[in-house]
Amino acid sequence: MNWYGIRAIYKFEMARTWRTLMQSIASPVLSTSLYFVVFGAAIGSRMGEIEGVSYGAFIIPGLIMLSLLSESISNASFGIFFPKFSGTIYEVLSAPVSAFEIVTGYVGAAATKSLVLGLLILLTARFFVDYQILHPFWMLGFLVLTAVTFSMFGFIIGIWADDFQKLQVIPLMVVTPLTFLGGAFYSINMLPEFWQKVTLFNPVVYLISGFRWSFFGIADVNVGVSLAMIFLFLLLCLAGIWWIFRTGYRIKT
Amino acid sequence: MNPIISVSNLSKTYSGGFTALREVNLDIHQGEIFALLGPNGAGKTTLISIVCGIVNATAGTVKADGHDVVQDYRAAREKIGLVPQELCTDSFESVLATVKFSRGLFGKAPDPAYIERLLRQLSLWEKRDSRIMTLSGGMKRRLMIAKALSHEPKILFLDEPTAGVDVELRKDMWSMVRQLRESGVTVILTTHYIEEAEEMADRVGVINHGRIILVEEKNTLIKKMGSKELLLQLSEPIKEIPGPLADLPLELTGDGYQLLYRFDIQEGDTGITNLLRRLDQAAIDFRDLQTRESSLEDIFVGLVRGARQGIDGDTGDGERR
Ligand SMILES: Nc1ncnc2c1ncn2[C@@H]1O[C@H](COP(=O)(O)OP(=O)(O)OP(=O)(O)O)[C@@H](O)[C@H]1O
Ligand SMILES: [Mg+2]
Repeated sequence: MNWYGIRAIYKFEMARTWRTLMQSIASPVLSTSLYFVVFGAAIGSRMGEIEGVSYGAFIIPGLIMLSLLSESISNASFGIFFPKFSGTIYEVLSAPVSAFEIVTGYVGAAATKSLVLGLLILLTARFFVDYQILHPFWMLGFLVLTAVTFSMFGFIIGIWADDFQKLQVIPLMVVTPLTFLGGAFYSINMLPEFWQKVTLFNPVVYLISGFRWSFFGIADVNVGVSLAMIFLFLLLCLAGIWWIFRTGYRIKT
Repeated sequence: MNPIISVSNLSKTYSGGFTALREVNLDIHQGEIFALLGPNGAGKTTLISIVCGIVNATAGTVKADGHDVVQDYRAAREKIGLVPQELCTDSFESVLATVKFSRGLFGKAPDPAYIERLLRQLSLWEKRDSRIMTLSGGMKRRLMIAKALSHEPKILFLDEPTAGVDVELRKDMWSMVRQLRESGVTVILTTHYIEEAEEMADRVGVINHGRIILVEEKNTLIKKMGSKELLLQLSEPIKEIPGPLADLPLELTGDGYQLLYRFDIQEGDTGITNLLRRLDQAAIDFRDLQTRESSLEDIFVGLVRGARQGIDGDTGDGERR
């Protein structure tokens, strides 16, 4: 195992975060704060409780997931896309590091950033609403699993993308809509029967539902199902990455 | 002695269908400076990229220090440093950080003293905290070398190290490469400057259209293929070479004012005495004479041109598909 190699990649990526602190940490925190102000404090005060939870608190898990998903994907995809784009990837390819070590470095760093970001948003939320966390360990577990899984997903997108537009299209056109429609701002039970069924095809529903359960003990779908879905997605991403390195897809000619 | 790099039957066809390397066989000896010469598009970078693991080979194998570069890539790559042809660096990083990164990436424990020595040697120590984008092109080139040497490799590939580098810096680089060789590093460099190969290399390989067409000790090569020329400036122009001299390897140039005589320095008897005697008999006077030795450049141009004619001559498959 090339530990120094993993550490080098990880440190390099984290250094990039510090250089772009505004963009990578501050701005998501700011925009989620705006959500809290608008939906939590302003509109939320006129809304009733959902299954015994105030609306301001109810949206916290969904908002965290919203940032977590989009930041994991954009950090990880940019992290690997840029060396490919600038040509500096030659060094990683010519180094004695295995695919596993490369992914650990890049995905590890992206997931760390998302995790820090998620916790920061959680702290920020304290300023706007009162909430409690019923199962803190599960909460952390969901946070870590989601950060890792979606950083891997981002890594795959970064490898796949061969221009800047492709790099942004999936997060923008797929992930954001799925998150908004995944129950970040409402409980699925509030939907008409038909849409409740359709929604179950949206993978983000399971993430948000499971995560919300760890806060308030309420869930749209069974927690076990949520966990299973996250693991399924994790496995899919692992398989994708395994295939990429086996075939050299878009990284080696 | 076992070769430090051994390339066997290496072929590469890019996904577009272009064949950049054809059955290349090449051994690099431990501790030598090997210059790989070839025109644009000959396959030099492709060959290096396969050895370093950046490009996948279509067929054939490469061993570095006895390790297969695919099967046993870790052991092989630890030994290799690469300075690529293109300058590519992370503009926002600092000099020191990027060199440390390279060392870590290659699995080596940090060694600040070594890194400091390296940067001082390449006159980059003063710039250690500067962002890479603030460096000049020549400094960036040296930085790439520092990165390639950061893990103390036994084998160093320099893909056109002196392209776009001024004379001063080129001289510096040559002396640095020599120092590296002294310390036991094997250096493989590609270049378009024949002068560079002539100046530095122990051995020279010529590649063209994906084939190695020659590998030879530089000195042997110059000796073996070298011919000398004797140029006579005539006092009076002549229209044609007089009949009595027709059996000699003479060429009339310079509007009839110059006679060019080619001879082989390997031969014991160069035939110069004979030539001069017969010129005298033919009553041709000359004002001046000079001799010139053919350089590696002449040899190279001759070889590449020869190979091109060979290919143009063969109407078969390949090149023009
Ligand atoms: N990624 C690629 N896809 C398709 N063809 C390629 C690729 N890379 C190189 N080639 C082709 O392979 C041939 C050899 O290229 P290579 O870069 O190895 O040449 P070179 O000898 O290094 O040339 P130069 O002196 O210009 O650097 C060229 O004809 C080039 O067009
Ligand atoms: Mg080249």
